[in-house]
Amino acid sequence: MAEEKNILSVVDLHTSFTTDKGEVKAVNGVSFNLSEGKILGIVGESGSGKSVSAYSIMQILEKNGSIKSGQILYKGEDITKWPESRMRDFRGKCCSIIFQDPMTSLNPVFTIGFQLKEAIRLHTNRKGKEAEKRAIEMLELVGVNEPEKRIHQYPFEFSGGMRQRVMIAMALACEPDILIADEPTTALDVTIQAQILELMQDLQKKLGMAIIMVTHDLGVIAQMADEIIVMYGGRVCERGTAEDIFYRPCHEYTKGLLRSIPNVDTMGKRLEPISGTPINLLNMPKGCAFCPRCDEAMKICLEQQPPETRTPDGHLSACWKAIQAEIEAGLIKPEDITESGT
Amino acid sequence: MDNNYKPNPENLVEVNDLKMYFPIKTGLLSTTPLKAVDGVSFAIKPGETLGLVGESGCGKTTVGRALIRLYKPTDGDVFFDGKRVDDRSIGALRKDMQMVFQDPYSSLNPRMTVEDIIGEPLDVHKLYSSRADRREKILHLMELVGLNAEHATRYAHEFSGGQRQRIGIARALATNPRFIVCDEAVSALDVSIQAQVINMFEDLQQKLGVAYLFIAHDLLVVHHISKRIAVMYLGKMVETADADELNENPMHPYTTSLLSAVPYPDPIVAKSSKRIILEGDVPSPLRMPSGCPFRTRCKYATEQCAAEMPKLTDRGNGHMVACWNK
Repeated sequence: MAEEKNILSVVDLHTSFTTDKGEVKAVNGVSFNLSEGKILGIVGESGSGKSVSAYSIMQILEKNGSIKSGQILYKGEDITKWPESRMRDFRGKCCSIIFQDPMTSLNPVFTIGFQLKEAIRLHTNRKGKEAEKRAIEMLELVGVNEPEKRIHQYPFEFSGGMRQRVMIAMALACEPDILIADEPTTALDVTIQAQILELMQDLQKKLGMAIIMVTHDLGVIAQMADEIIVMYGGRVCERGTAEDIFYRPCHEYTKGLLRSIPNVDTMGKRLEPISGTPINLLNMPKGCAFCPRCDEAMKICLEQQPPETRTPDGHLSACWKAIQAEIEAGLIKPEDITESGT
Repeated sequence: MDNNYKPNPENLVEVNDLKMYFPIKTGLLSTTPLKAVDGVSFAIKPGETLGLVGESGCGKTTVGRALIRLYKPTDGDVFFDGKRVDDRSIGALRKDMQMVFQDPYSSLNPRMTVEDIIGEPLDVHKLYSSRADRREKILHLMELVGLNAEHATRYAHEFSGGQRQRIGIARALATNPRFIVCDEAVSALDVSIQAQVINMFEDLQQKLGVAYLFIAHDLLVVHHISKRIAVMYLGKMVETADADELNENPMHPYTTSLLSAVPYPDPIVAKSSKRIILEGDVPSPLRMPSGCPFRTRCKYATEQCAAEMPKLTDRGNGHMVACWNK
């Protein structure tokens, strides 16, 4: 690997929510590194803990949720220990987030310009005319036509795609090192989605920030991500480059997910869905989270969580089936396997 | 309405020049018609699936609803099995035409048990002879969609999204319909569950011979399930063709860009493929451009496009396109 600097490291993150029915463990020991200027894709179905991982980084969890343990290292410093006042500086300046729904993430009673200038005023030294200039610059950057006129308009005067552009402008106004995009195009139509994804790729090249792209859409992730993390039941199943995940999946869940999307090869044939229903986070199995839905489940899957191990091509997967295959092939020895992985 | 229009007896559903306008208040006394559907024609054969795709606001849902007369169409003819669908005939025909909705959370009554939800169409159409017969029919329907008999006394909130959608499908199947409008029926589901439900739709079609109008925005899903696909843009149909033909050889500039915008789940294909990115947004249906509605975003647009809306014409093998330049 070439010299790649980690800008953000998440180490063994546990986040849970206290509800009337008990503790919902949304994230159970997730670790990952984000390199400077890269796009990391986090993919998973609803309830896999992908959004909660992202919100944990920003520390914008709901009131009943909290980070139970683990570290989030930003440039080597653990931000989970930072006081709220310091976190406020972190958000916006170091790390920004855009959400799924551009309709509800803007305040309907203020103009676009006011909301953009607010972000700029709070996080930089720019005030008054200077802030306005910056706001216009940002709108121009994200491809909003006639920005001088449009900063005086209200969110309802913008279409969905345009609102998402405004959200991106707002997120990038203070030049953060990291942009978290939580399902940024899920609420948009395909042709508008293509516009926004292209814009994000362009901006990433121009400004060089790192992006964490959280989505359930495998198509979007295939187009955008350099590295991919596949999550299920609050844990990481598999991680690797986009090519590793799509062409050489090792975890049974990743394989199942790829089989269940229609593509050219499946036309006229039956799809092969993953059987069963999504996991109940209140009642997590002792072993592998995916085990109750896995066709290849073995006894050990029920009893013990699989550690992340290197696959033959060098990416990581946490699946007993894959581990067994490697032991049989003589690639790894059984005694090498520890709780923390090889 | 064209009283002399004769439907083709081979078609189960036939729609001719369907128009659905909604009056929108634009001033104190003035109203402007919002042309949600503006002259759409198509046909579905028995046991066949027609996919209807388009972006939000293109009128695809309105077509589905006007078809089974949840809306009263402004103009146009709808035929089911050779009979004209109008206010008088719909009561008897509704047994044969059912609907599955997008949102499995809001389309089921939270105060009713699964048994009552599925049993309601049976009650309405009086399709059983005794209580025992009703129960037997309900259990049979539940089995058909893969629900356990013990779920019958539970309420909708006790189920996951995929299971709720199964309840909605069982309800649609209760009257033994020949035609079901599936309005974004799998869009709210996770991919792994979505595949289960798509398979079930296909199985039910083989077993029961129902025809579907499958309305969705996900082109990969529509291509998978449909025999033919129709593409709509701003209330007009711009192209219809067999699913494979449309995918391999799209002719209308809108279809071409729509297909190229689909993010394909394959990193090499996705990163290397040339995308045709459409400029701008869909115009408001209240201020519809003259002539072809797509001309404001189309790079081939000419003066003729602004003057007149092109008609759907057959370009061979039933591949119909409405474009002056292609």
